[in-house]
Amino acid sequence: MNKKSFFNVEGLNKSFAGLKAVNDVSMHIETGEILGLIGPNGSGKTTAINIMTGMIKRDSGKITIDEHNIGDMPAYLVPVYGLVRTYQTIRLFKSMTCLENAMMGAIGVGIGRRAASEIAGELLEEVGLGESIGLPAERLTFRDQRLLEIARALAASPKFLLLDEPAAGLNEEETDMLLSLLKTLPGSRNIGILIVDHDMRLIMNLCNRLQVLNYGRTIAEGLPKDVQKNPEVVNAYLGSTAS
Amino acid sequence: MNTDILIEFAINVLSMGSLYALIAMGLCFVFGICRLINFAHGEFITVSAYTLYYLGTFTNIPWPFVFLLVVIVGLVVGYLSELIAYRPFRGRSLDALLVTSFAISIILQRLFQLGISPRSRAVPVPAYFNMNVTLFGVITPLRNLLLVGTTVILLVVVMLIMKYTPLGIAMRGASEDFVTARLMGVPANLVISVAFIISGLLAGVVAVFWSARTGSVEPLMGATPLLIGFISIVIGGMHSLPGSVVGGYVYALIANLLSLTLPSTLLSFRDAIMFVIVISFLILKPEGLLRGSYQEERVG
Repeated sequence: MNKKSFFNVEGLNKSFAGLKAVNDVSMHIETGEILGLIGPNGSGKTTAINIMTGMIKRDSGKITIDEHNIGDMPAYLVPVYGLVRTYQTIRLFKSMTCLENAMMGAIGVGIGRRAASEIAGELLEEVGLGESIGLPAERLTFRDQRLLEIARALAASPKFLLLDEPAAGLNEEETDMLLSLLKTLPGSRNIGILIVDHDMRLIMNLCNRLQVLNYGRTIAEGLPKDVQKNPEVVNAYLGSTAS
Repeated sequence: MNTDILIEFAINVLSMGSLYALIAMGLCFVFGICRLINFAHGEFITVSAYTLYYLGTFTNIPWPFVFLLVVIVGLVVGYLSELIAYRPFRGRSLDALLVTSFAISIILQRLFQLGISPRSRAVPVPAYFNMNVTLFGVITPLRNLLLVGTTVILLVVVMLIMKYTPLGIAMRGASEDFVTARLMGVPANLVISVAFIISGLLAGVVAVFWSARTGSVEPLMGATPLLIGFISIVIGGMHSLPGSVVGGYVYALIANLLSLTLPSTLLSFRDAIMFVIVISFLILKPEGLLRGSYQEERVG
């Protein structure tokens, strides 16, 4: 019924002043699934997301959605072909209202004002911000700003959503709420999600698959329960935090 | 008698303030998107004023069309300068853009001096511009009322565009956080071009009323409106369009208050006092009266 789309990254490389931030990373996500991208700080997760969305240029590698080579497109076309993101540090349009913020997602991909306003309104309801529609984004609580960013991204009707540490700064209860929201998205909207986060409880409960980066390189991938046991991963990542 | 002075004062503040608000808004559109103070904005006004001079003096085109053409020239100059002079340097340092804007300003000034004349030329305006009308017992030229009316209409139109059209919403987003807006699908070239086009259009409108007031056009005439516009956006808040408009009117209010209250011996120092006020603004309230929300990051 729902047509499947495929997000493919092949052999991505990026160096900063000789340091390999992303080293030959490949990644495959299809609509309907959630891939968790984890790794210690500085392992290249955010850099990878920045490259995929066209925010910074890659040195080499191929980034495609289905047959579209989005890696070679200007950044503003990337959402049009179905890829949007949220940010580790929230980047809302602070003085604009919640509705306008969410509308930006739809307007950016060429949806007209009326339809954009409808889509935005529905999404704000869905994430639980229906009451705050007319408030400037800067007046929202931290949690609600996170939710607004997600609503804004969804307003672009993406095929793939990249979430950069959506749970950062949220408490346990708020993270649970986020978890149940995110869990429904692949099914209800037929999208694929790439999530980066340090909250292992969120990652383990949410993701269908995991991919682990360390020093810009993929050191493991597979089912969460298998990755968790991988000695290299335990050594590089979990070993240092899970005590 | 006293109320007459008050009414005259109000008319002066409103008409001068309208002109200053239009200049400030023109600067603010470009600054909002590009974080660039466009030092060539004064020359956008000069080009349009020369257009008014030529069309009004040497052709028989009806006035409404002359004004339309003047505004279109302003708009085209704004667009072309973005295309030719700014776009190639975008993504370089802000200093580079700033120098470029000085360069355009100086090149245009020299072109006027060499190609037209270093001397000022009388600018014709329709007779009804200078027709005196009586308003609440005070006599004032009709152009002042036309200016206030035009400004109000432009402000409403701009406000509606920015508030309710997809392009306006995209531009507000881009002026707050250009990088994010771009990653949401807003094309950089589009919003920057539109900012320069609106800026040029406003310069065209200013040219008509500025030269109607002074009665002449000369190569270096752009310097004064540029300075006034710059001061206005400093007062009002550089990151906020409504702020720039408020700044324009506040500037006119202060300038007129000084003219009205200063003893004649101090009157020649009016501009100096004005600058002291501006400097105190920069020290005490550097974000201006209305603080817009924005990211420090620049178009890259």
